[in-house]
Formats: sequence, structure tokens, C-alpha cells
Amino acid sequence: MSYQVPKFRHPDLPVNELGYTRADYEGAISTLCAGCGHDSISGSIVRACHELSLEPHKIAKLSGIGCSSKAPTYFLGKSHGFNSVHGRMPSVVTGAAMANRELMYLGVSGDGDTASIGMGQFTHAIRRNLNMVYIVMNNGCYGLTKGQDSATADEGSASKKGDPNPFGAIDLPGLALQLGATFVARSFSGDKDQLVPLIKAAMTHRGFALIDVVSPCVTFNNNAASTKSYEFVREHAAATGTVDFVPMREEITTSYEPGHSQEVTLHDGSVLHLHKLSDDLDPFDRSSAMLALERYRSAGQILTGLIYMNKDSHDLHEVLETSRRPLNTLVEEDLCPGNKVLQNINASLR
Amino acid sequence: MEPTDVKNPEYFHKVVDCQYACPAHTPVPEYIRLIAAQRYTEAYMINWESNVFPGVLGRTCDRPCEPACRRGRVEKEPVAICRLKRVAADNKDSIADLLPEIPRQKNGKRIACIGAGPASLTVARDLMPLGYDIDIYDNQMAGGGMMRSQIPSFRLPIQVLDEEVNYILDMGVTTFFDTEVTSMRSILDKGYDAVFVGTGAPRGKGLDLPGLEEAGDAVHIGIDWLSSVAFEHTHKIGKRVLVLGGGNTAMDCCRTSKRLGGEDVRVVVRSPFADMKASPWEKEDAMHEGIPIYDNHTPKEFVLEDGELKGMLFEKVEAKYDENGKRSLVPTGEDLVFMEADDVLMAIGQENAFPWIERDVDIDFDKWDMPVVDATSFQSTNEKVFFGGDAAFGPENVITAVAHGHQAAISIDLYCRGESVQNRPAPFTNLVSQKMGIHEWSYDNAVESDERYVVPLAPLAKALGDRKVEVELGFDQGMGFKEAERCLNCDVQTVFQEDRCIECDACVDICPTDCISFVGNAGEEELRTRLSAPAGNLAQDLYVSESLPTTRVMVKDENVCLHCGLCAERCPTTAWDMQKFFYGVTKAGQTA
Repeated sequence: MSYQVPKFRHPDLPVNELGYTRADYEGAISTLCAGCGHDSISGSIVRACHELSLEPHKIAKLSGIGCSSKAPTYFLGKSHGFNSVHGRMPSVVTGAAMANRELMYLGVSGDGDTASIGMGQFTHAIRRNLNMVYIVMNNGCYGLTKGQDSATADEGSASKKGDPNPFGAIDLPGLALQLGATFVARSFSGDKDQLVPLIKAAMTHRGFALIDVVSPCVTFNNNAASTKSYEFVREHAAATGTVDFVPMREEITTSYEPGHSQEVTLHDGSVLHLHKLSDDLDPFDRSSAMLALERYRSAGQILTGLIYMNKDSHDLHEVLETSRRPLNTLVEEDLCPGNKVLQNINASLR
Repeated sequence: MEPTDVKNPEYFHKVVDCQYACPAHTPVPEYIRLIAAQRYTEAYMINWESNVFPGVLGRTCDRPCEPACRRGRVEKEPVAICRLKRVAADNKDSIADLLPEIPRQKNGKRIACIGAGPASLTVARDLMPLGYDIDIYDNQMAGGGMMRSQIPSFRLPIQVLDEEVNYILDMGVTTFFDTEVTSMRSILDKGYDAVFVGTGAPRGKGLDLPGLEEAGDAVHIGIDWLSSVAFEHTHKIGKRVLVLGGGNTAMDCCRTSKRLGGEDVRVVVRSPFADMKASPWEKEDAMHEGIPIYDNHTPKEFVLEDGELKGMLFEKVEAKYDENGKRSLVPTGEDLVFMEADDVLMAIGQENAFPWIERDVDIDFDKWDMPVVDATSFQSTNEKVFFGGDAAFGPENVITAVAHGHQAAISIDLYCRGESVQNRPAPFTNLVSQKMGIHEWSYDNAVESDERYVVPLAPLAKALGDRKVEVELGFDQGMGFKEAERCLNCDVQTVFQEDRCIECDACVDICPTDCISFVGNAGEEELRTRLSAPAGNLAQDLYVSESLPTTRVMVKDENVCLHCGLCAERCPTTAWDMQKFFYGVTKAGQTA
């Protein structure tokens, strides 16, 4: 058993604008089961952060409890991390984000951590449009306790040792849309070509960005009767279209057939290209997105890709008009502006 | 691309870069693992089977394996393969019981080997255990050929050479030393069933410059002078010595001069320093001993005063390369440079010479007056006569001579048994899983980050004081272990079984050097652009699977694979497995 990844890397790895290679965004060697979808999501996060040239020390990764919530150890080894109580990651992100708006907050959670114990926290983070990326590593089972069905297991799906699930599944993207999420996407751990641009877009979006990633549990839920196995997802996934993320500094070189393509400029000037869009979904229209989700679900398909995005998102900082500077940079002068200011305030209240 | 045929033994052989680059294809990683396990005798025997002179080669090999070593592509320097070989030789126990048995009942076939150098000795080593009678002829007083006459004893102690030469001679070879063979016909007339010519490239080239004749004894041919030192005919040289030439012989000449009384010893070479033929480490060793190398100096004439050599004149040149990379040395136009000298050693190359082979004994010679020799069988146009070593295709090195010897021995055996020499048996190969448990391997798969260890040297003053003091002390067991741990075990192959793969990407995610990709298939050129990391090293193969359920293929770029086994550890379905590949070159007597 290997406890360390060898130090050597490919000698010709590309470097990003900061001069870092992908290796600079890696973490410790994974202790998840061999073949776990979560490791692929970790790989996609590494790629996305590298390609976005994010400074590792400007990222905070937070998680709750579960296989998914162990995963942050296995990527971004040079970033801030917080492994919170089960299901309470959104509260910790809320506090951290309010205190320091300059970090990029990456919440990593699982189906149990989000759809069961953490449901209350999840819904309110959405409702407040907290500026964060919320990735659910969704395998439809409790892998850490031997694979019991979770709240996202589809009705009729059976895990390796289980009976068909008698209950309906909680559909996280549907729920998020209902609650007013400003960026909703679904993807599959085994499709990095789709997942990496989605993560990049989510990281650039201002506001709450949910990516529900179907991530097969190879040990307990990758059998023929499961709807979250590699094979089932590959056969039943239907993409809304492909997404290309073009960072602000890069020239747009691709062009797409008119009518099947849309461009969105994100708040930092980056451009999101959506192309080969299906005719029956407008990802900028919430009711269209909700209808599409339901249509595909009832047809037994899994809708993936960017499902909805609000181009005019106002995150919690904007709504609350919080300090533009991180609290840790505020000195006594800023916090105690003196008697004169107090007099003015008092006068204004008379 | 078509799926890779890993059943072709040459595919995995090529992945073991060191072994593939070695002319004798010594199973390098296999013996390095044995050294790490302190099983020196077994490590030695693997070498002995393959390269016959592990102790000699562990000190003097040209080491084509090291530039090929994969480690050199992922960090600064390759594994010190050559010096590890010496660790095995230095620390082994007696191998007397492990040597092949020599049949008492001979097979009735008699073979003559002309020359007692590495090629002939290898032929004898391979044929004696098969029951052949072998006569070796050599004009020197003992066996070893150029290993004895031209490799100075400060690089190769005579006891090491004697030991390894005697393993072979003691098999019962009949030796005719101090015997110059002057006629091939006389040998053929003796009724041998086959004759092997391993006479090397014995003639040192000279420079016919003005003043040469008048300079007389003060000018020497490098290889002749070295052999005169080795056989104790020459004991001293002048205080100021110029060595002309930039190859390994020049390095041996200058370092020997320094030990025989030379104080101002200089190497003067026409080409730029970087283009010199000498191995980089031999140049370093010479410079370490305080010998300057003057490059870009073309010798013009010997300068004499009252009939005595005073020095030489050189013209300064500059290397210019045309669009084809062909070099020409263009004079800079500066004044000629004068360098003082009491003696001059010319080490500017060697050539073959076959004045003793009559031209009417059915051995054809080509326009360069070299015998026409088949590159596979080493047979000449006279079906009884075989050539090998430097005598076959011109000057190379010891390990190449050994490789030739093995192949010639196969041919001689086939020929003597009345079979076609082209009908060569396939190499011995073996591919075995190294899996010991879920995540356990029977080899040490962790990759050590240590940089290459430097071989300790004897103190300079002591080394320069006596030409018989060996300069390199060799690795001790501790350092040998550390250096052995740097080996990446490239013979433990990553074997992919597509029908087990569920395309979960775990191998792609874990691979530290981004070797593995799952992509749509295409022609090789296009495919190389689709991989997760640049795949620009065209000398290294792509391992391509059959089409997978998603219609993609698995493509592994062999270039910088660390053979760490993580792909196999992280594979949930054992589609990847680590399997040790053994490739043994065909030996004489092996059946097809």
C-alpha cells in the first residue's frame, strides 16, 4: 500500500499565469476506495483551480462529514481547510465568508451531509445567495457506513446488498431552483470534459453555485440495479449542452453556429459559452430549467450540464452591504471612527 | 492507432530502457533489486550470464544504459547503473559452484578463436559448456585483449581482470599466448570446425605532420604506448606531455602520463569540448587530476631544435555547422599557438588491420578493406569463419564485443550442428504478476527522491603517485543500497486488461506523471496531442488499448512512467496489474 505519491512529475507540465503546475494544486494521496468517483471530482477541482490560475492561499475548502467530506484532504494541499460538524459546513462558510470576502469558498459535501442531516443548513445558504461553490459528491448511499440508501437514492434503485429503494429521491438541483439558487448544474464524476468548465464557471459566478455531481460508490453502489453506477449514468445522462469557459484575459477563438449558442459575461469579465443547447431548455429562465429537470426525470434520464444561471445575481455581501474589506484588515480607526462621527449619527437620529 | 500487441516481447523490452540500450541486454533492474536485497552473488551471476565481465564493466563500461535510464528523464541524473554492477562484483561470495558444468565428454567439434579479448572470451564462455574444444590464440602474454593492454590499472586493477578472464580459461580452454597469428590459411589448415576472429582494432592512427620523422622516439602512438606501460616496458615519460585526441584513449594516455612523471600534461583536441568523443565522466576524471583540455586546436607541426623535440604548433579553429548539422573546423586566422613538449602521445583513433588474412581464403573484403560480415550471424563469406568485437565492424567498446561474442557463439553452434545460422531461437521471456495482496507488491514500489550518489575517490596525491592505485573506491554496501533504491523498476510493467476496465478514471487521477489518458482514438501523431500531458518523446511508445465501452481507448505514454504501481493500486477492478517482465537474450545451445 502506498502512503505517498512519488515526488516526481511530468517534466513538461504546463504552468499557469502564476507559474504553477497542476501538481501545486494537489493534496495528499487519497484513502478513499480505489475507483471512487470522488477522486475524479478532486482531480477536476485541481484542474479547474490550476486553469483559473487561482492562488492556493486565496481558496478555502470546507466540508462536513462523510466520504465526500474527507475528499478536501486530497486536493489543494496549500489552501485553507475546515472540516466541520456533520451537515454544518454552510454555517461555517457563512461565518468565514462574512469575515473575509476575499477568499474563494469551496464547500464539499455529500448526499447524506446535504440532503439529510444538513438539509436545513443547505436551504438557507441557498436562500441567502452566499457567495460560494457548493459541490455535492452524490453517490446515493452512505458509503462510510456500508452503503445504506441515502435521501438522493432513486426510487427502485438497489445498492449491492440492498432491496429496491421504496422512497422517492430528493433532487438537489430541483430543490435549489425552488429556493432561488443563482447557479445550478449537474455533472458526472466520469466526465471531466463537462465537469471542469462547470467548476470554473461556478468559481467565477458571484453567488451560490451548486454542482450536484453523480459520483459512483464503487464499493457499495456500482452494481447493475443501481441508478448511480458508472454504467447507468453513462447510458442515461443527457447534457443540456456543452460549456466552454473562457477566462477574462484570453481571446475568444471559437465560434459556434448561431441559434445553438449563447454567451454570458461573468462579473469578472470571463465569458461562458454555452453551445449545442437543446431546444427545450433556456438556462437563463428558471421555469424553463424546472420544467426541463422534471421532463428528463420522468423520462428516466439524468439531465447534466448547466441547468440554470441568474445573470443578475446579487450575493449576500451586496444584499447586506457588508464591509468591502475583510474584517481582519480593519484597524481601530475604521472600527472606532471617533466622537465626531458618533455625534453625527446621534444628530441624524434626533 | 492499432491496439498495442504486448505479446510481442520487444514491446515490453523497449520499456526497460536500460536493458534495451545495453548491447548485451543485461537485465539491469533485476540485478539492481538483488543488490538492494544484499544478494550480491546472485546479482553478479545475472550480470555474468549476460555480460561476462561484471567486475571489469562495473569499472570501465561505456554505459549506454545510463543515458537511456528513465530516471534521467524525470530528474537530473540517471541511476549509477555501471557502478552498482561493481557493488555486486566487489561484494559477491565465491561463484565457483555457480559456474556452468563443463562436459567431460566433448562433442568432437574444435573451434579456434583468434585474439583473447572480450569477444573471443565470450565465444569460449558460451561454447565450452556445450562440449566444444576451444583454442585461443593471442600475441599478448595473457588473456583479456585491450582490457589488459589499454585500460590503465588505476581504472581496472589487474586482479579483477585476471579473475574474470580465468573463470573462462579455467573451463579448459587451450591457450596459445605470445603467439602472433600471421596466416589465416595456416589456421584453416588445422582443420577447425569453425574459426572466430576477435582481433579488435589494433592499429592506432598517427598524424603525418612536418617534423614527425625527426622527432623520433618522442612521439608515440597512444594505444601502443598504453600497452607498453601495461606490460611494464615503459616506466616513465617526459615532464611536458602533449596528448593529441579527444577520445577515451586520450584520457587514459594523459592520466597515465601524469603518473609516470608528466608534470605539465595537456590534452589538445581539434573539436570543441562538447563534441569530444570521450565519455563525459572520463573528461571529468582527467580534469579532476589537474589536466587541462585545450579544444579547437589543430596540430600543425612538430617543432625541433638540434634534432630534439621542443614542442608543437597548433592552429586555432572554430566549429561551424551547416544546415545539415555537418561540422567543419574553420581556422580563426589567429597566430599559431606553440606548446612545449618533451613527449607527444597521439590518440586520434584506431583502425582495423587484417594483413594476416590472405585474400584468397574465401573471406570477402569491402572497399574499406573490412571483411564482409553478416550483422545478425557474424558469419563472413567463408561459412566457417565468424567475426566479432571491433574486428567485425570497427572500434566500439567492451560491452558491444561481448554482445557480438554471444551472437557469434549461437551461429557457430548452429553451424556446427548443421543448422542455418539465420534460424535463431527466440529470446526467453516471462511476465508474472507482482501482486501479493490488495495493495501489496512483491517489489519495492515506493519511489525514492534521492539524487545520484557520487562514487568516493582515493586521495588525489595517493592516486597520482602510483599508476596501480585504483582511483575509484566504489560504493560501499550502504551507498550501494541507497543508489539501488533510485532504480524505478522499469521491468515491472503496467499491464492493462480492457475487458475489466469500468472507465472510472482512478488511474488517470492518481498517476503522478500523467502518463494515462482515456481519449478518442486517432493516428499516432494526432493521438499524441490528445493526451493529458505532452507526449513529445517520439522514441517512447504509446500503449494503446482496444476500444472501451464509451468508444474511447486507454493510451499510456511510456515516456516518464515511474512504475510506482499507483494506477494498479487505485484500480477497483484490477484492469491494471504490475507484472515483472524478464527478457533473456538467446544463448548458444538454447533450442528454438
